[in-house]
Amino acid sequence: MRGLLYLLAGASFLGLGFWAYQENYATQASLRELRDLNRQIGAAHARINMLQAEWAYLNRPDRLRDLVNLNYQRLMLVPLMPESFDSMDRIPMAPEEYVPLLDATQVSSDMAPRDGEEPL
Amino acid sequence: MTLTPGAAAGGGIRSPLRPLARILRARDRGENPDLIEAEQRRRRHEATRDRARVRAEFRLMLLALAFVFGFLAIGGRMAVIASSMAEEPTAETTGNPIVNQRADLTDRNGRILATNFETHALYAQPRQMVNPARAATELARIFPELDSDRLLRDFTGGRSFLWIRRQISPEQMQAVHDIGEPGLLFGPREMRLYPNGPVAAHVLGGYGYGREGVNSAEVIGTAGVERFFDARLRDPAAEGEPLALSLDLTVQATMEEVLDGGMTIMNARGAAGILMDVETGEIIAMASLPDFDPNNRPAPLTTGEAADSPLFNRAMQGVYELGSVFKIFAAAQALDLGLVNPETMIETRGPLTWGRFRITDSHRMPDQMTVTEVIAQSSNVGAARLAQMAGPVRQRAFLASLGLTEAVPLEMVEAPTGAPIVQSNWSDLTTLTVGFGHGISVSPLHLAAAYASLVNGGTRVVPTLVRQDRPRVGERVVSAETSAQVRMMLRRVVTDGTASFADIDAYAIAGKTGTAEKPGRGGYQSNRNLATFAATFPAEAPRYVLVVTLDEPVETSGPEPRRTAGWTAVPVATEVIRRIAPLLGLRPTGAD
Repeated sequence: MRGLLYLLAGASFLGLGFWAYQENYATQASLRELRDLNRQIGAAHARINMLQAEWAYLNRPDRLRDLVNLNYQRLMLVPLMPESFDSMDRIPMAPEEYVPLLDATQVSSDMAPRDGEEPL
Repeated sequence: MTLTPGAAAGGGIRSPLRPLARILRARDRGENPDLIEAEQRRRRHEATRDRARVRAEFRLMLLALAFVFGFLAIGGRMAVIASSMAEEPTAETTGNPIVNQRADLTDRNGRILATNFETHALYAQPRQMVNPARAATELARIFPELDSDRLLRDFTGGRSFLWIRRQISPEQMQAVHDIGEPGLLFGPREMRLYPNGPVAAHVLGGYGYGREGVNSAEVIGTAGVERFFDARLRDPAAEGEPLALSLDLTVQATMEEVLDGGMTIMNARGAAGILMDVETGEIIAMASLPDFDPNNRPAPLTTGEAADSPLFNRAMQGVYELGSVFKIFAAAQALDLGLVNPETMIETRGPLTWGRFRITDSHRMPDQMTVTEVIAQSSNVGAARLAQMAGPVRQRAFLASLGLTEAVPLEMVEAPTGAPIVQSNWSDLTTLTVGFGHGISVSPLHLAAAYASLVNGGTRVVPTLVRQDRPRVGERVVSAETSAQVRMMLRRVVTDGTASFADIDAYAIAGKTGTAEKPGRGGYQSNRNLATFAATFPAEAPRYVLVVTLDEPVETSGPEPRRTAGWTAVPVATEVIRRIAPLLGLRPTGAD
């Protein structure tokens, strides 16, 4: 009876030791993975930041205004003015049948810049 | 497991207390058999005592060992802590570990006004150089502004370290890599980028580098909001959370565009515009022209007037006597004190003399006018008389309650430089002149805040540049009834007064003009004016206040040049409202 108790205690001691050893290495592996992920997140942040800065730069009001002026022939965009508002009852009724939309690509790709060329 | 006397405790057959053999023998010899029993009893007791002692000693030893190990463990831990370097526990990371050095600035809708950009700085360690002469010529080829002779002198002059460029682009970095010189090294740098260029330049300010090392450099704000919120933007606890300003980028850009056009048409030296929310005091747009690019902030002027520098923020630092726009304050106070009502007749026959000082009107006016007409026709004499009714003490207190006697507490580091200039001795004459806006110098920002306080129902408005998520209600300045009367009078200025150019169909504008002569050598100069239009819209329930100021405008379409605000500032301000009101989501009247 007593011997069995010693045996059990010894076995559980060995088992726990083995478990602790494994946990230790698993933790270290997780930490390595965490560091790696953090590095990736950092790189992604830097990239997002760069893209956002670039987007903000491309959307700067001066550039958009110049683009609108340059492309007035095609886009006919004018600033939003009080005349742009109108009352609901002046909206015409929808036509009975829609005209088929032909040559839709022309709308977007016409006069597009050549490869790599800044439109402005 | 207590031991009871007589109980068997391990090993051997228990010997009886009275062994029959010995008893019989003793009886034969005539001895007392009880002695044998006593002896047996003694032996038994001794054995029990010995076992108990061994057990107790073992336990004491165990206890002592436990204490020894305990103290050893504590002592060892203390030694480890004392001798090792402090280190963050790597397993415990909270929040976002990767954040920018400096938080972004955004407008009220989250559009970026200032952000960071990763770039590199180029430095040299001449001691590690293989071929300094070639490095110098190649560097001068990549960076045209560098001088190869000077670089060569630096490389061969015994210096061990020098900065070559603070910021270089990726292409330049590759070109420097291609030189293949081991003594040329790169350090990572963050730089501040203002993607919108000169839009809102005065508000944003600029940046510079603080402490600089090879591997990093502090980006610090040098002016404007960047400097004021420097600690907040660099606070690691904020985790790079962007700071949202109250500005609206689209409105700001539109206002700058219209002001720029107006400045050209009116031949003005400069222009300033402020758009403010009358409830919260949020500044939606604040422009000052000419402006600058904060990405490349120019150096302050060392000679000449500060107002000639593009760095000068006319909207906040341009402290001038603004003239007739002040008349509404005299009228509002007289109304609020119950001294007059809008229809009370005021003596407006000029000139009004006070000592050797004469107050006249620019053109002939009727001898008597109602308070409303005094404002609509902008009578100096009438406004002076209204101010006289309130008296110097109450006038000063009233202007102070509108915030016109101290610097606006705006969130910009330059805010204290926009402190008003008031007379130290507030005499009766001062009261008269302040009534029509002379003898007190304030900035357009002061004016915008004071107008907002008057028209929003009468509660004090404190301007702010940070987006507010909830309404702020200030202390009461004038009664709601006075506020309504002020709105009505300002509307009359537009419908049948000096600001007739602002009488457009789309929006009901209310406001007051002001044309002030700028002081120069030998008194006021009639051909150098500051034209101001302080407006609010929509007139019936104001939501925004707009102040437009033109510096020395001349309108030359007529046979003779016109310099009054009604001909210069009012058309420009009206165009600003026509352009920005739709952007602010205000529907024009008549379009439902």
